[in-house]
Amino acid sequence: MESVEALVAHIQGLSGSADELAQLHGLLKQADGDALRAHSAGLLPFLSHLHPGAHSLGYLYLLDSFVSSSANLRAHAGGDLLVTVADFLTSCSADQIRMAPDKFLNVCRVLKNEVMQLNAPIRGIAPLRAAVRKIQTSSEQLTPLHAEYLMLCLLAKQYKAGLSVLEDDIFEVDQPKDLFLYCYYGAMIYIGLKKFRKALELLHNAVTAPMSSLNAITVEAYKKYVLVSLIQSGQVPSFPKYTSSTAQRNLKNHTQIYVDLSTCYGTGSYSDLETFIQSNAEAFQTDNNFGLVKQVLSSMYKRNIQRLTQTYLTLSLEDIASSVQLNTPKEAEMHVLRMIEDGEIHATINQKDGMVSFNEDPEQYKSSEMVEHIDSSIQSFHSLCPSIVSTNITEDLKYSYWIA
Amino acid sequence: VSAAAAAAVTNGLGGGEQAAAAPVSADQLDVEAYAAQYSGRTRVARLLFIAERCGVEAIQLEALRMAHDEARAREDTVLYLDAVLKINSRLGPRYRHDQAWVDSVNRRAEQRKEKLETELNGYRTNLIKESIRMGYNDIGDFFYAHGHLSEAFKSYIRTRDYCTTSKHIVQMCMHVILVSIELGQFAHVTNYVSKAEQTPDTLDAVIVAKLRAAAGLANLETKKYKLAARKFLETGPELGSNYSEVIAPQDVAVYGALCALASFDRSELKSKVIDNINFRNFLELVPEVRELVNDFYASRYGSCLEHLEKLKPNLLLDIHLREHLGTLYNDIRHKAIIQYTLPFISVDLNTMASAFKSSVSMLEKELAALITENKIQARIDSHNKILYARHADQRNATFQRALQTGNEFERDIKAMLLRANLIKHDFNQKNWL
Repeated sequence: MESVEALVAHIQGLSGSADELAQLHGLLKQADGDALRAHSAGLLPFLSHLHPGAHSLGYLYLLDSFVSSSANLRAHAGGDLLVTVADFLTSCSADQIRMAPDKFLNVCRVLKNEVMQLNAPIRGIAPLRAAVRKIQTSSEQLTPLHAEYLMLCLLAKQYKAGLSVLEDDIFEVDQPKDLFLYCYYGAMIYIGLKKFRKALELLHNAVTAPMSSLNAITVEAYKKYVLVSLIQSGQVPSFPKYTSSTAQRNLKNHTQIYVDLSTCYGTGSYSDLETFIQSNAEAFQTDNNFGLVKQVLSSMYKRNIQRLTQTYLTLSLEDIASSVQLNTPKEAEMHVLRMIEDGEIHATINQKDGMVSFNEDPEQYKSSEMVEHIDSSIQSFHSLCPSIVSTNITEDLKYSYWIA
Repeated sequence: VSAAAAAAVTNGLGGGEQAAAAPVSADQLDVEAYAAQYSGRTRVARLLFIAERCGVEAIQLEALRMAHDEARAREDTVLYLDAVLKINSRLGPRYRHDQAWVDSVNRRAEQRKEKLETELNGYRTNLIKESIRMGYNDIGDFFYAHGHLSEAFKSYIRTRDYCTTSKHIVQMCMHVILVSIELGQFAHVTNYVSKAEQTPDTLDAVIVAKLRAAAGLANLETKKYKLAARKFLETGPELGSNYSEVIAPQDVAVYGALCALASFDRSELKSKVIDNINFRNFLELVPEVRELVNDFYASRYGSCLEHLEKLKPNLLLDIHLREHLGTLYNDIRHKAIIQYTLPFISVDLNTMASAFKSSVSMLEKELAALITENKIQARIDSHNKILYARHADQRNATFQRALQTGNEFERDIKAMLLRANLIKHDFNQKNWL
C-alpha cells in the first residue's frame, strides 16, 4: 500500500506519454478504493502539487475520492472547493479524463449539486460547458452531462448559454434515458427563447423515441408538445407510425386536459378557450405550464387574424375586432400591428379610414440571397446522405437485427 | 316589395333550421285538393302531418277532420286514435273518441285474423306453394290495412320463399317497398328496388316508373341528393297517378327539380332536366318549379330565389321533404352565388346584393364562408365592397412548398438517424452476441 505522497510522485512522473499514462492508470486503479478513501480528508493539499492540465488523470482520481465523501464536502462547503473543481474542469486534458469517464461524471455531478445547494447555478455553467466538450468523443454524441448542463442553464435563466450545446445535432446516444432529459430541457430552453419550431423538434424526438414503458419525462414532454404545437401551427399532429405502441396507447390517458384543450382550441372561439383555461388553471399551474397556456390563448387571435388574410383584401378594424372576438377596434389594431412587426402577416394599416389591407407575401424567390439559401439547403442534404447509407449498411449487417 | 322579399330571404336563411318551431303560413294550401292526390294510408298520414306542422287553426282542423273520416272509413284504428287525440274535442260530438267503435273494429279484426291464420295453416299443411303465398299476402294486407306495419312487413317477406314467377317476386317487392317507406326504413327500399329491377322478365313500364320513384324517395330521405335527382329524372311519365299510395307526380317534379338544382352542375342540369322530354311532362304539373329551373339556368337568380321562397311554406308541409328543405335551399343558394361570381374578375357587391335581393353585409358574410370553404377563389375588398377573383401564384407557391419539404425532410432524416441509434443500443443491450 503506497502512501499518498508516493502516489503523487507517480502521477507527476508518469503523466507524459500514452504508455506512461497507461501504467499510471493501472497504479491508480490499484490505489483506488479503500486506500485513497481512507486518506480522502487529507487529499486536498496534495492537489496543489499537481497541475490539472498536465496531470489530469491523477488529479481526477484524487479529486474524485475526495468529493465522494460527503463529510469532506460539508466541511469545505462554499469554499475554494468549488473554485478548484471548476478550475479542473476547464483546464483538464480531454484525452486523459476519457480514460476514467465515470469518475469524471461523478465530479461534475458533485459540482452541480454544490452549485444548486448554494443557489447559484450560474457558477456551474462555464465549467460544465467545458466539461461537456471534453468528454464528448464527437460533437454528435450525447453524454449524461448534457442534461445536467441544460438544467443549470434553465435554473440560471441563461438560455443563450444553453444554445451552444443545443445547436449540435445529436446522433449517438449511449444511454436512452439521457436523451429524454436532454430533449425535455433543451425544448424548455428553446421555448424560453421563443424558438418554437426547434422546441417542437426536440419534443417530437422525446415523444417518438422507442421505449418499452412509459416514463414521466415523456409524459411531461408530451404535455409541452401539445401546447407548443398549438402555438406554432394551431393543431396537434397525430402520432407518426414509428411512435412506440406504449406511447400511442398511454400518453393521452395521462394528459387528458391537454387533449381537451386542443379540441377546445380547434373550435376557434376565444371565449370558450378562455373559460376552459380558467376552470383548469390549477392543473396547469401544478404542471408549471401556465405561462405556455397563456401563450396558446394569445395565439388564438393570431390564428384567426391569419385566416382573415385568406378571405379579405381589405377589412375594417371593427370587422376584424368582431370576427376575432376582440373588444375594440383599437385592440384589433394593436394585434395586427404586432403581427406585422413579427412578420407573421403582410398588411398595411390605414388609420385614416380604419382599414387594413392584406398584401401578398412579397417574397418573389428571385433574389440572390434566396438562391444561396436554397443552395446551402441542398448541400446539407448531401452531407446527410453518407451517414444514412452507412447506418443502413451497419444495421443490415448486424446479426442481432435480423434475429430480433 | 324588396323589403318584404329581403325579409323573406333572411327568414328563409334562418327559418329552415328552426323548422319545427316556426309556424308556417299555408294560406294557399287547399287541403282537399292536396289530399285528393293520394290514396291509402299515406293520405291519412300526410293529413296528420299537415295538421301537426301547420300553424293556422282552420287548416289544421280541416286536415284533422279529413284524416278522421278517412281513418274511420278504412277501419284503421291506429290512425283513427291518433286523429282523435289531435282533434281534442274541438270539432264537435261526431269527432269524439268513440271507444265502442274502436272495440268493435278490433274485435272484427281479431276474428278475421284468426280466420286468415287458420286458412294459412291449412295451406301450409297442404304444401301448396301458391296458396301459401297468397295466404301470407292476405295476412300482410290485413296487417297493413289495420296499421300493424312491422307484422305486415314480416308477412310480406315470408312470401319470398313461395314465389315461383318473377311476377310474384315483383309483387312481393312492391309490397315490401310500400311498408318500408311508411316505416321509414329506406335501406330496405333501396334493397328491394334493386331486387325487383333484377328480375329476368322485362317489367311493365308503370312498375319501372314506380320503382324509380321509390328509389328516388329512398335516396332523398338518406340525403343522397344527387342520386335522388337522377332517379326522379329517370321516372317515366307512365307513373301518372298509379302510385298515389306513395307519391304524386307533382311530388316527383318538385323533388327531382330541387335535388337537381342543389346537386347538378350546369351541363347536367341542361341535359338531364331542361332537355329531358319525359321529365317535362312532370314539370308541366308544377309550372312554378319549371319557371324556377329555367330562371336558374338563365342566371336570373333573384327571381329564382323568389319562386323558391313562395313555394317554401307549402313544401314545409310535405312529409318527405320537410327535413331536407333547409339543406336543399342552402345548397341552391350557394350554387347560385358561386355561379354568379365565376365569369368575373371583379364583382361589385352592391349589384350582386340587389341581384340576390339581400343586404350587402349578409352577402359579404356568405361570401366569406364560401371562400373559407374554398368554393370560390376570390378575395373581398371590404372597404370598397368589391369581390376580386384571385388565382394563386403557382411559381411562388412551388418555391415555398419545395423549401418547406426540404426542411421537413432534413428534420425527419435527423430524427430517423437518432432513432436508429437508439434501437441499435437497445439491441446491443438485449442480445449478447
